[in-house]
Amino acid sequence: MEETTNIIIFGILSLLMVAAAVAAVISSKIMRAATYLLFVLFGTAGIYFSLFYTFLGAAQITVYAGGIVVLFVFAILLIGKGSVDITHTSKLRYLAGLATSAAGLSLTIYLIRSTSFVTGKFSSAGVSMEKLGNTIMGTDKYNFVLTFEVLSILLLACMVGAILIARKK
Amino acid sequence: MQFCIFILILPLLSFLILGLCGSKMPHKLAGTIGTVSLSVVTILAYTVAVIYFGGGRGDEGTFPTLIPYDYTWLPFAGTLSIDMGILLDPISVMMLIVISTVSLMVHIYSLGYMKGERGFQRYYAFLSLFTFSMLGLVVATNIFQMYLFWELVGVSSYLLIGFYYTSPKAIAASKKAFIVTRFADLFFLIGILIYGYYTKTFSFSVNETMLMAASSMLPLSLGLMFVGGAGKSAMFPLHIWLPDAMEGPTPVSALIHAATMVVAGVYLVARLFPLFIGYAPDVLHIIAYVGAFTALYAAVVACVQTDIKRVLAFSTISQIAFMMVALGVCTSSNPHDGGLGYMASMFHLFTHAMFKGLLFLGAGAIIHAVHSNEKSNMGGLRKYMPITHITFLIACLAIAGIPPFSGFFSKDEILAACYNFSTTMGVFMSIIAAITAFYMFRLYNLIFWGKSHYEEELAAYNAREREEKPHKPHEAPFVMTLPLIILAVISSIAGFIPFGEFISSNGESYSIHLQPAVAIASITLAVASIAIATIMYRKGDSKITIYINTHLKGFIKAAYNRFYIDELWLFITKKIIFNGISRPIAWFDRNVIDGSLDKIASMTQKLSNHVRPMQSGNIQSYNIWFLSGALLLILILIYLA
Amino acid sequence: MTIPSEYYLILSAILFFIGIFGFFTRRNLISLLISTELMFNAVDINFAVFNAYSHTDYLEGYIFTLFGIGIAAAETAVAIAIIINVYRNMHTIHIKKLRELKH
Repeated sequence: MEETTNIIIFGILSLLMVAAAVAAVISSKIMRAATYLLFVLFGTAGIYFSLFYTFLGAAQITVYAGGIVVLFVFAILLIGKGSVDITHTSKLRYLAGLATSAAGLSLTIYLIRSTSFVTGKFSSAGVSMEKLGNTIMGTDKYNFVLTFEVLSILLLACMVGAILIARKK
Repeated sequence: MQFCIFILILPLLSFLILGLCGSKMPHKLAGTIGTVSLSVVTILAYTVAVIYFGGGRGDEGTFPTLIPYDYTWLPFAGTLSIDMGILLDPISVMMLIVISTVSLMVHIYSLGYMKGERGFQRYYAFLSLFTFSMLGLVVATNIFQMYLFWELVGVSSYLLIGFYYTSPKAIAASKKAFIVTRFADLFFLIGILIYGYYTKTFSFSVNETMLMAASSMLPLSLGLMFVGGAGKSAMFPLHIWLPDAMEGPTPVSALIHAATMVVAGVYLVARLFPLFIGYAPDVLHIIAYVGAFTALYAAVVACVQTDIKRVLAFSTISQIAFMMVALGVCTSSNPHDGGLGYMASMFHLFTHAMFKGLLFLGAGAIIHAVHSNEKSNMGGLRKYMPITHITFLIACLAIAGIPPFSGFFSKDEILAACYNFSTTMGVFMSIIAAITAFYMFRLYNLIFWGKSHYEEELAAYNAREREEKPHKPHEAPFVMTLPLIILAVISSIAGFIPFGEFISSNGESYSIHLQPAVAIASITLAVASIAIATIMYRKGDSKITIYINTHLKGFIKAAYNRFYIDELWLFITKKIIFNGISRPIAWFDRNVIDGSLDKIASMTQKLSNHVRPMQSGNIQSYNIWFLSGALLLILILIYLA
Repeated sequence: MTIPSEYYLILSAILFFIGIFGFFTRRNLISLLISTELMFNAVDINFAVFNAYSHTDYLEGYIFTLFGIGIAAAETAVAIAIIINVYRNMHTIHIKKLRELKH
């Protein structure tokens, strides 16, 4: 019973995400596209919740939905008129893009269907913050303190770079 | 003897200096550089000669062959390699003397002759280049080095003939000289390659076993090499370039086309003489017959030419043919028994270089004075140009074979060698010697005696039949007469050099002794010819001349046109070779080879035009292609798995 | 019975190719960036799903997703800074008109 509910919720969530994604890439108004993207991001957070990765879902919402989409909105508003026109691509390019994407999608789905994944270990316990903290900060095998430090440097560099680039002369 | 390398280095340096920075130099400096460096070379050459011949003979009674420098340049398989070096033996030392002497004279003379000409520095640069190449040629240690310098000599000759590059005639002449000699050199190269292939070396000294192994191919290879020599030495029928080469400056004609370069062929045959005599005596005799015919042909043509330089050119051809004949009539390498011709040939080469150089330089002085090559513009010049007159006369006497001038001795040895070979050959060559005396004195009389063209024109001017005052002929300046005098002295006394002491066919000492019968006969013939020429031409056209002119009109016309040999060559090349061979080849090249390549090119272009739009710079379409390719690869992998 | 992992994977594949389609057809730099974000998200989902279903003992996929989110944020910030700068200089962000760097 619980599974059925889970699947129904998952189905609704996926439908919503796919619809929002399609809308995001065909919408002719860029502001709307950004909004649809926001829906997709929320949906993704929902997916994480359904995997019992609550911290990840929270991070997704705060960073993506709270940070990136706000950036988008700022950019769109700053650019203003330049952001109106979107869809003047040629019919041939449109069809070619559609065909390639469809072909890639079908190929990928075929591959997913024809592969059997290991699924038995799924636990609904989620990840404890203690384990997460140890993994991020630990120095053992399968621990990621070095990556974490590198990432922090990268973020710093990006911050400085973004300020430098966007700064008015 | 290590210093002898400077004999080569100095002219090369001088060429480089004058060639690279000559255009910024004043004329005087350029001339001085060239002349001074050549003076040093001459001194070195004479020093080498004194040390070499003063060093005495070795144990075998011959002068040793010295190789102060030998450097392996390009090694091939085994013993086969191309070397660079210096070889000193009697003939190369003699050639060093000849080349440096005549070259120095020409350098000095040109200071006056070329004064104020445009390209004076270029002229001296080319002279230095020529001297360098010619010296390198004679001291070559192997046949391939000789060939390299041989071609360099050809190039410098080409450059100097075409010195007046604004004149179409000079350009045509230089091209003709280059093409004809190059054509002959092709055979030379083939000969060298055959020689190298079968004897496994390019060296002149080959051991006996190698030679025996190659003996079946040696006559062919030596014959082909002679064709190359015939091209440079203007043997019939490859002589056609030499008369035209007179378009160059006259001192150049004296140096290159009389004294040095044109005897390169003779020198080549002399250099290879041991091989010729040992393995290809028949080829040697063919050389003799070719030489004899050339001598006759050139002598006859020389009798009717009106351009004085052309007379001298044909005379040169004839005299070189004499040397070739002298080499060709040798039957053994013993100078006492059939090997006399070798020494005679070298002796004549030496004396001829001196008196023919003198003749050309004298002709240059005359042309300088009257500004024309045609005999009709001369006449009676003895009063105006006394020094030129005397020196020219000495040279004429030398070439005609009047004792005690040098030509007599060397020519007499040649005739003696010819009589030793066969009486027919001897008589034949004696007749040609007589013709030589005739045409030389015809020339002499026409230039220096007879009615003076200047005086006639002056009279016409005084009688107001002529607008401008004629130019008065004048004696040449001192820098031009000095070489004339020096060469005249050498021409007068060179005959008394005991030449056989230094050079003979087997290297042993050989004392020249005149054969009285031959000597008296040739003197008589020469004197008679001179007398006939004097009677016919001293006072303009005498009755005999008119008689001969009317009765032998056709023959004279044919001889004047050089018996149409040039036209024959033109016919062969233009009509037969161009039409029959070159045109089909050109067609094949243009339509088949070029055509197929063009097709490939145009197909590629068409294909490119179709592919080009893909290179749009549009990242989105790139990405579509990229994804399609990746998908395709995945499909292939799935299919393979 | 939990939701089969294939469902998640198919969903992420669909999202990914929608992003690709958008990247192929959109003409505006911001739209392209939005499409890229879609693809990023799809990849993140994959990481998380594989971690949840196959490698529960360790948190590799989890951490990767976390870091992926961080990097996406940084990348977007820089990209938007560039886009704003481009617009400021050329007064357009339509990619057909941005040809200065092509040659």
